[in-house]
Amino acid sequence: MSLLPAASAKWEVSFTVNGHAKKVLAHPMERLLDVLRNDLGLTGTKEGCGEGECGSCSVLLEGMLVNSCLVPVAQADGTSIVTIEGMAAHALMKLLQESFLECGGAQCGICTPGMILAAVHLLEKKPQPALTDIREGLAGNLCRCTGYMQIFEAVAKAARQRVAQ
Amino acid sequence: MTVHHIVGAAVPRKEGWDKVTGAARYVDDMILPGMLHGATVRSTVARGKIKKIKFGAGISWNEYVVVSAKDIPGKNCIALILDDQPCLAAETVNHAEEPILLLAHTDRHKLRKAVEVISIEYEALPSVHTLDESEQRSAIIWGTDNTFKSFLVEKGDVDALWKEAAHIVEGEYFTGAQEQLYIENNGMIAAFDPENGVTVWGSLQCPYYVHKALMALFALPEEKVRVVQMETGGAFGGKEEYPSMIAGHAALLAMKSGRPVKMIYDRMEDMAATTKRHPSRTRHRTAVSKDGKILGGEIEFVIDGGAYATLSSVVLSRGTIHAGGPYYWPSVRIRTKAVATNTPPHGAFRGFGAPQSLFAMERQMDRIAQVVGISPVEIRRRNFLKPGQSTTTQQVIREKMDLDRLLSRALELSDYAVKKKRFAVENKPGPRKKGIGIASFLHGAGFTGSGERYLNSLVGVDINAEGNVRVLVSSAEFGQGTNTVLCQIAAEALGLPYENVSIAQPDTTVVPNSGPTVASRTAMIVGKLVQSAAKGIQETLTRTKLLRDEYTSEEFRAACKEYIAAHGALKSYARYEAPPDVFWDDEKYRGEAYAAFAWAVYVAEVTVDLTTYSVTVDDFVALQEVGKVLHPVLAEGQVMGGVAQAIGFALYEKVVWQNGRMSNNQMTNYIMPASMDLPPIRVFFEELGNVHGAHGAKGIGELPMDGPAPAIINAVEDATGVRFSSIPLLPEDLFEALRPESGEQFVSASVRGTA
Repeated sequence: MSLLPAASAKWEVSFTVNGHAKKVLAHPMERLLDVLRNDLGLTGTKEGCGEGECGSCSVLLEGMLVNSCLVPVAQADGTSIVTIEGMAAHALMKLLQESFLECGGAQCGICTPGMILAAVHLLEKKPQPALTDIREGLAGNLCRCTGYMQIFEAVAKAARQRVAQ
Repeated sequence: MTVHHIVGAAVPRKEGWDKVTGAARYVDDMILPGMLHGATVRSTVARGKIKKIKFGAGISWNEYVVVSAKDIPGKNCIALILDDQPCLAAETVNHAEEPILLLAHTDRHKLRKAVEVISIEYEALPSVHTLDESEQRSAIIWGTDNTFKSFLVEKGDVDALWKEAAHIVEGEYFTGAQEQLYIENNGMIAAFDPENGVTVWGSLQCPYYVHKALMALFALPEEKVRVVQMETGGAFGGKEEYPSMIAGHAALLAMKSGRPVKMIYDRMEDMAATTKRHPSRTRHRTAVSKDGKILGGEIEFVIDGGAYATLSSVVLSRGTIHAGGPYYWPSVRIRTKAVATNTPPHGAFRGFGAPQSLFAMERQMDRIAQVVGISPVEIRRRNFLKPGQSTTTQQVIREKMDLDRLLSRALELSDYAVKKKRFAVENKPGPRKKGIGIASFLHGAGFTGSGERYLNSLVGVDINAEGNVRVLVSSAEFGQGTNTVLCQIAAEALGLPYENVSIAQPDTTVVPNSGPTVASRTAMIVGKLVQSAAKGIQETLTRTKLLRDEYTSEEFRAACKEYIAAHGALKSYARYEAPPDVFWDDEKYRGEAYAAFAWAVYVAEVTVDLTTYSVTVDDFVALQEVGKVLHPVLAEGQVMGGVAQAIGFALYEKVVWQNGRMSNNQMTNYIMPASMDLPPIRVFFEELGNVHGAHGAKGIGELPMDGPAPAIINAVEDATGVRFSSIPLLPEDLFEALRPESGEQFVSASVRGTA
């Protein structure tokens, strides 16, 4: 007999979300995406494909960029998670948001939260990315509206402005 | 009044801040108290009679709300044009994934299990799955002849010219189905109340289409149906007609359960069940003079409409009118039809029939050039339409346009001549072949022919006591910039700062019917009406002596305050008036098809790798004349996004059909372009203006979908010398045609996809 609760029962999962300690009662295989959206009301994280292809549900988990539709909530136990809502105070955030608006990086907006998180993640690793770095850094995030060019421009601009600051 | 430069300036997107912070509210972000989740039970066969529905064991069915066709209070159809599509199949199904039953439950997981254990027995009926089968009438599945609609366009005497032609050039071209693949799946929330009727909130393009469909489905008067558009995460035509279906489903469940119901499709359901671009086949037979002038020709264009008529007649219409491209045809006969197959109905998708028939036209032009022995550039120059000449529907071009100049500039921007020569030399050794291709094309803005007259759009503008102006339209924002552009136009008309103008959320209890958000009509047609309605506000305030001819925004604010104190409210409306000189004959399909055309020349540079059989687009130049550019960043974004989708249409996006059902209905195996896949897309504009549009604007949204596919396939032919006639052109297709043992130099139809 396992000491773990049955898979069909709800577990108590504790983690830090956007700097706040949270406890939720959820099925262990519940998608982190659904827990964030439905239990915690953090609807800035979007579902596009439900199978890790489009990146709309991107969040930072322990600083890694992950597709929250592929993460069972049990796996997030004890971790620290940041969603788009938790990025407001991040040093890069305002620059990226403004450059996305100026350059046309957001059209319908559904991929935008994930795209911005991917951009933050990229610029943290590579503060002065070349165009190929930007293309690679955003390769897991699909956008059907823009053809990506204005997103690349927005990320490059935010990077330049941060260096200038 | 200060001088304003709001129109033409890159003002911030109205709803932009909400989008970059994640605060924007899409339908799935909304929760209503006591809300249930809804799901759809769909047919698993392509065509058959429903014999028996079995609710499986192990489910407490009393916890579920179940809706069937019997629960529909009004007419069991999705009212649109012919009203032939049922909301829920009652006795027969005509395509896989056709909705039969609806379920609702508080727990989404339990809902999924319940759908799985419902089994439906069918008596199979013969079905057809391709254009050819439908035309051969191996089974009659719709009407008396499987034909939803046909058109005949005739100009001059085609039959007389074959004798005098130096060359007769024939070609057959195919385009496949394409999924819109908006990143936000379809979704709706509905509430029902016996007193007030139905309310739905959803992801949609056309609030009044949904409104009309719900009135018919529930047999309710217009004031008892309310449709609210939520932030919409991409549409591209894919949320033009199908949202009426989902709204109907959610509302039926809400009525039966007495609780609000949310229906959100997951990606697999969305891809399998909702609309796609119509697959097409085009045949050209062109009579050409010795020096490469088109004398005339026959064009036959057939599209696969799927199982119900839905929008196929209108898609066919646009495909028909664009079939001759931007060329002068002294005589032509264009025969077209939309036929039925047992697949989910194909529907609206950016370009709406034009990308299909223009793909054929632009491939045919390169073919004609080869036969005549002149270059792809020269064949176009010799046949371009010029002002004063008439189109295939005998519309005389009265607007300013200059395709010759557009072509020259595109060639210069793409360094065409130098590259063309260089590739011809450098391609000989090695497995990597480079090529460059062009496409010249046009796109008509607004509804076709008398369409805008029937729409009879109404637009409102109102003010409040604080001097804030609000635009009231049913035109929806789904990324393309409707909110921003219409506010720019109103601000400019009133001489006010952009920040003082907002736009109402589309809600049929608040906004008038300014028509659907389709057909590249919003900036041009609705924009012009917004301009008039805004001017109406100004005129009222000046007529009542509250405002002088010249004013500051503070004086405007004071005037609004005073007017509202005296009269309560001020709203100004403007209704569409057809230009007096526009004539269209629906019977003969002749006359002024569109108030304005946008014109374009695109150039694609590709590498074909004979080791991997992949095609990479290395550079892309998109030059267009779209009248006045109202917002440079948004306009550029429209073109880039359209080009990206069209690169997918040409090279990546293949819908695989099995017995009329899409079998690759996942983002994992239906491949759209990602950030690594696209070339630099370089966008350029010419601005010659348009008398019919706001500030001289023409439509822009669909144009960029038309040209890239033929430009790319023309470039692939330039690189390989092989004549491909079918898209999508995937590596396996290239392999088939180019592997050494295939030994074929010209493969016209051999790579045709099976439907």
